[in-house]
Amino acid sequence: MSTEPKSAGCLGVAMKRKEDPRFIQGKGHYVDDISMPGMLFLSLVRSPYPHAEIKSIDISEAMQVPGVKAVITGKDLEAAGLGWLPTFHGLDKQMVLAIGKVLFQYQEVAAVFAETRAAAVDGAEAVQVDYAPLPVVADPFTAKTDEVILRPDRENKTNHIYHWEVGDKDKTATALANSPKRIKERIWFQRCHPAPLEPCGCVAHFDSMGRLQFYVTSQAPHVYRTALAIVTGIPEDKIHVVSPDLGGGFGNKVPVYPGYVCAIVGALKIGRPVKWIETRTENLTSTGFARDYHMDVEIGATADGRLTALHVATTADHGAFDAAADPTKYPAGMFGVVTGSYDFPVAHAEVDAYFTNKAPGGIAYRCSFRVTEASYAIERAMDILADELAIDPVELRRKNFVRKEQFPYPSVLGFTYDSGDYQKTLDVTLEKIGYQALLKEQVEKRARGELMGIGFSTFTEVVGAGPSKHFDILGIKMFDSAEIRIHPTGSGIVRTGTKSQGQGHETTWAQIVGEELGLDPQNIMVEEGDTDTAPYGLGTYASRSTPVAGAAIAMAARRVREKARKVAAHMLEVGEADVEWKDYKFQVKGVPAKSVTMKEVAFAAYTNMAQNEPGLEASYYYDPPNMTFPSGAYVAVVDIDRETGEVKVRRFLAVDDCGTIINPLVVEGQIHGGLTEGFAIAFMQEIQYDKEGNNLNTNFTDYLIPTSLETPAWETGKTVTPSPHHPIGAKGVGESPNVGSPAAFVNAVIDALSPLGVRHIDMPITRDKVWRAIRQAEVLTT
Amino acid sequence: MKVNVTVNGVAYEREVEARTLLAYFLREECGLTGTHVGCDTSSCGCCVVVLDSDKAVKSCSMFAAQADGHQVLTVEGLANGGTLHPLQQAFWDQHGLQCGYCTPGMLLTSIILLKHNPNPSESDIREGLAGNLCRCTGYQNIVKAVQQAAGTLGVQV
Repeated sequence: MSTEPKSAGCLGVAMKRKEDPRFIQGKGHYVDDISMPGMLFLSLVRSPYPHAEIKSIDISEAMQVPGVKAVITGKDLEAAGLGWLPTFHGLDKQMVLAIGKVLFQYQEVAAVFAETRAAAVDGAEAVQVDYAPLPVVADPFTAKTDEVILRPDRENKTNHIYHWEVGDKDKTATALANSPKRIKERIWFQRCHPAPLEPCGCVAHFDSMGRLQFYVTSQAPHVYRTALAIVTGIPEDKIHVVSPDLGGGFGNKVPVYPGYVCAIVGALKIGRPVKWIETRTENLTSTGFARDYHMDVEIGATADGRLTALHVATTADHGAFDAAADPTKYPAGMFGVVTGSYDFPVAHAEVDAYFTNKAPGGIAYRCSFRVTEASYAIERAMDILADELAIDPVELRRKNFVRKEQFPYPSVLGFTYDSGDYQKTLDVTLEKIGYQALLKEQVEKRARGELMGIGFSTFTEVVGAGPSKHFDILGIKMFDSAEIRIHPTGSGIVRTGTKSQGQGHETTWAQIVGEELGLDPQNIMVEEGDTDTAPYGLGTYASRSTPVAGAAIAMAARRVREKARKVAAHMLEVGEADVEWKDYKFQVKGVPAKSVTMKEVAFAAYTNMAQNEPGLEASYYYDPPNMTFPSGAYVAVVDIDRETGEVKVRRFLAVDDCGTIINPLVVEGQIHGGLTEGFAIAFMQEIQYDKEGNNLNTNFTDYLIPTSLETPAWETGKTVTPSPHHPIGAKGVGESPNVGSPAAFVNAVIDALSPLGVRHIDMPITRDKVWRAIRQAEVLTT
Repeated sequence: MKVNVTVNGVAYEREVEARTLLAYFLREECGLTGTHVGCDTSSCGCCVVVLDSDKAVKSCSMFAAQADGHQVLTVEGLANGGTLHPLQQAFWDQHGLQCGYCTPGMLLTSIILLKHNPNPSESDIREGLAGNLCRCTGYQNIVKAVQQAAGTLGVQV
């Protein structure tokens, strides 16, 4: 590969990914690929009961199983002061292994350490636990009654975890009361699970210096290091966290899980490395679920469709522990973005969260902390309002968009939207999809009794947490960082506090450095995930990598450039003020012929630096001044089989505005993937519990992931409205399609069914739900 | 029990428990960690390998003992020296992977798909890959990659 200096920019170039050669050759390095001499395996004993008192735990038989070295229980951990671990936003704590009672089915009860994977499972099966079942609280509405208190360990004897609200309650109520038109709907965003194909896992090992070497599936390795130091009391310098290649994350790999703590305790107690790799069932039943928001949405409007007020009251099911990985001040995440792309004069949003006998979580599943829930609520409700007003949902949206000239736009719920051009994005969508022709076709089909639907979603996200004055996790401000070293021959390395799980940082980060320094991105190595080498960062989730770390990289590169300018001045024999950076090289102002490349300057920085400090490197910790606000206009076209209820997504077009695009290949790939997850949520994915608290979706035969057969072909488009406060104008994109698409799918289905009088169906929209809705409508009309 | 499996042309003779799955035999006995495990129910296809140059099999659903005396091809055996297999090249060219976890299984399933159907339509490919889950790509670029490879001569197992 050449190390020739760049004569053209690196941004917007569809560079093939630098990380791919290792993945396509089976040389990726995931946690389960790590093996160490003497390594033991950990298997966890899990509760079959959703709520039960633990009468006794008998480990004697397990200890007789060949290969089993040790068994630990919650009492052992409690005695060592490790019984509980803090949850990330600090409002609750979570049992590592059950103490006294279990609170959800599949909760961790005991940890078995053995010589082999199979022996550990054998040992876990031999642990005898005597349970006395307790009454189960399987939904937040039952929890609300406080007839059964699930968490007597807490000071307040109630299942109510918190009440959060934003906006003006009284003014909103008044405005709604005075609105000529009102709609109200309960919209449920079902419980689902990110289910990355690689489950969670770790290898814990104390090296010869007594230092914890911890390899773990973590989207936020530095935060893990700090959390582990706090939980275990091990000094933070004695903890080395490495997050190797991750087989997807989607938010699932943000929280710290009990298995990790058990592996560390086992490694310390037994003095040998310990590996823990969860099974798919363990993944789906005990680690980070998402959503489970019951949202009562009320919108007021004038008769001609001008929005007057929005009220959303949410009942949130948080499961047994409040393990949502939200920033400290935001227990309901960024739910305040629920006004969406619309210029509401007044609004009020509130969330009440409850404990239930379900798995803990509430993580941000491919979204920025509850943005998906908010986006779905408003986009679904806008269609219900359009139906009520009997106007085109596109017109309703257009009429109420925040207009281009209103940016920076202060929303009534407290965000300052940085930029956007919603009208333009929607226009591109309408043009590309051929909306008028579709409407005509729909009229014809309806006349024949055929069910065809067109559904829109014109969403706005808030991502890139976040400015330190508002955002922290465990008290640590949500900045991010980058460190860049340029080597003498003009190649280099950039290290960041983020961690790719497939997003392609090894390529896109190199492109940012290449753009800023005029170097070949093929020779800019990117390293992430190692807390010994990377500067402190808060990690990759909530679409924060490009908005925060991407900005840090650009700023660090500019610091490198400033240092390089001094060396360049020496080389060009002029004063520093006479040197300008132009066309990806340094040149004497007004004398383009007199120039030096960054590659030449890099060599000089080590060989001919004159009075300047040797070397060429810089770091930058970036505290974002604001969030970024990616947006999009999506449309789904569906056909429904009247006899079977089968929904066929005929077309889906996503037009995204994520600001400046670093790599269009990667951006499009992210959009395809996010749309597929949005499709999955709209039609397939649900973690259901029965009334007794049993999890009904414990593996991939019950928790349905779309295959290549079901997944529609995706069409994409773009508008580019750069973020005014981001150094390169980028906004982040990985989550937009998952945030924006569910509403478009559901709106299309309901549009198709609207001639039958169907107003709303909760996700996932399965064939049987559609079939029932059609049959019910037919019964009512005959 | 003693098991003898030829993987990527190399004979591996190992003493294993009878219940050892082929996936773990490859990963832990042969040290070939390119074969991944993503579920417990043979749903995801991350563990697909090629058996006797003819069948794509889910190695999590087969005992190592059942592969005794057989030939196995894993992702590590695809490239020829420094030259990528046309399918590997196509996955790279078409951005047919993101996290890389499903990729080995996708590649090996695709090889057998193309062996039995050298000129597949898009729907043939989508049907042929339906036993392999991907959470990142939405399949579209994987389909394109298989189409690219199908257009490349010399796709052979």
